[in-house]
Amino acid sequence: MKISPDELLHVARLARLSLDEADLAVFTRQVGDILAYVDTLNEADTSGVPLQSHAAKLTNAFREDEVTNPEGAAGLLDNVPEREDGDILVPKIIG
Amino acid sequence: MEPYQLTIAGARKLLDKRELSAEELCRSVLSRITEVEPKVGAYITVDQEGALAAARRADAAMAKGFSAPLCGIPLAVKDVLCTKGLRTTCGSRMLEHFVPPYDATAVRKLLDQRAVVVGKANMDEFAMGSSTENSAFHPTKNPWDLSRIPGGSSGGSAAAVAAQLCLGSLGSDTGGSIRQPASHCGVVGLKPTYGRVSRYGLVAFASSLDQVGPFAKDVADCAVLLSAICGHDPADSTSAPNEVPDFSAALQKDLCGMKVGVPAEYAKAEGVDPDVSAAVSAALDMLEKQGAELVEVTLPHTKYAVAAYYVIAPAEASSNLARYDGVKYGFRRPDAANLADMYTKTRSTGFGKEVQRRILIGTYALSAGYYDAYYGKASQVRTLISRDFDAAFSQCDMLAGPVAPTPSFALGEKVEDPLTMYLSDVFTLAASLAGIPGMSVPCGFSADGLPIGLQLLAPAFGEETLFTAARHLEDAAGIKDRRPDL
Repeated sequence: MKISPDELLHVARLARLSLDEADLAVFTRQVGDILAYVDTLNEADTSGVPLQSHAAKLTNAFREDEVTNPEGAAGLLDNVPEREDGDILVPKIIG
Repeated sequence: MEPYQLTIAGARKLLDKRELSAEELCRSVLSRITEVEPKVGAYITVDQEGALAAARRADAAMAKGFSAPLCGIPLAVKDVLCTKGLRTTCGSRMLEHFVPPYDATAVRKLLDQRAVVVGKANMDEFAMGSSTENSAFHPTKNPWDLSRIPGGSSGGSAAAVAAQLCLGSLGSDTGGSIRQPASHCGVVGLKPTYGRVSRYGLVAFASSLDQVGPFAKDVADCAVLLSAICGHDPADSTSAPNEVPDFSAALQKDLCGMKVGVPAEYAKAEGVDPDVSAAVSAALDMLEKQGAELVEVTLPHTKYAVAAYYVIAPAEASSNLARYDGVKYGFRRPDAANLADMYTKTRSTGFGKEVQRRILIGTYALSAGYYDAYYGKASQVRTLISRDFDAAFSQCDMLAGPVAPTPSFALGEKVEDPLTMYLSDVFTLAASLAGIPGMSVPCGFSADGLPIGLQLLAPAFGEETLFTAARHLEDAAGIKDRRPDL
């Protein structure tokens, strides 16, 4: 299936990506080509075939909910772009 | 012979006899890197000081009686695997300055043996690509022909082994990202069964497909590396509880009586380079001469593998990569008016074009009204592809065929045409969707002197079968000591 520039802009908004006009033109063509190719899936007879969402032949994997990383949060916080004491700073949410 | 030219097994003998120290070996590899790396570009980060310190620690440990197959062995690790205190970029501006506070389990297991991590290997951004040209930092060149791509996405890991910038390496394979660069660079590469190796600390691309695996100069070294990284890990709930066999023991097994299935769909696929067909067919003859029986099998849904994969993998990627929002780690655009603006500006600047393209495809495939038609349908076709393999393996012990339709292509050749690039993954994607193990073993060269690999596939947890066949093929092909002239 081909995709229109408006549809692609909508998808980009959902994915939190902004596209300039040049990107939009190129991506509309490329994504359209790929989706058109993906349409070959419709030739496969999948009536009654279950979905396979993963390749692990496992059911549920349970473990106790225990803290196992003794190094704690310090190393993680070192990667925060902007912080103040133990808090992560972000731009204002409204406005 | 310089120490950097050794195999892991060769270095092990000299280290154990104290005829070579880990530090000497490490220095030899580092000076090789100084000399050759500017031409190849296999690494994003070379950790010279860290590697030398680790080598000295390995020497000290050996002096106290410590012994392990990888102790003191200089290895490269694809920059998709977290290394504590050593930046892990995933080939992306988004993670250019990310320093993980922990090691990936696969890396931890190497370090437990006191292996020496020389550096972090280049890759396509977030492991998305087949040429390593999508690295945000620089492309990697194929050591056999510097005007060509090394394959991808683990192109740095493969090129580093081929150019002897390490003795072995780790990569990751989501749709062929170990097997295809191994084939293009003339080294051995193995994608284990899904669940065989922990994904803890592997930066997620498509979680139902991603798997860590080794690259090596030969089959025996590959077995040593795989043995080191396998095993159940409570930190990865999809890691398998299966016992880890002695892969090196499988090298000694006989090939007589084993059945090698040749998929008809692979043999008659369009667009396969004649040199690749010739090398694969010669390799099949070699396996037959070594005692294997060739049987024709059929994988009728092969023609849907590329389409199914390029729905499922981008769908999972679009979800996994939602975490890169500039808040907790990674790149953040400082000029945002508000939080939503920061998300959008950060992601649009931090991600390269291929990653954005796949996020768009994945978001589309998962969006309201399209989920069933795309993700649902592709997941059903995935079942059919898995059933194809089940049926084929009821008639044979393993499958053999090409890894990629052509030898390595020229840098820049397919950059503007993503669909053509995707179609070159046709032979590797099906095994990824089914979660079965696959290996690329060097089997010949093109007329231009470019390496060609044979792909071997086995049922889930059948890596030993791959090693047995690979070892016999390696012996028969007689090319394992050929190295590129750099």
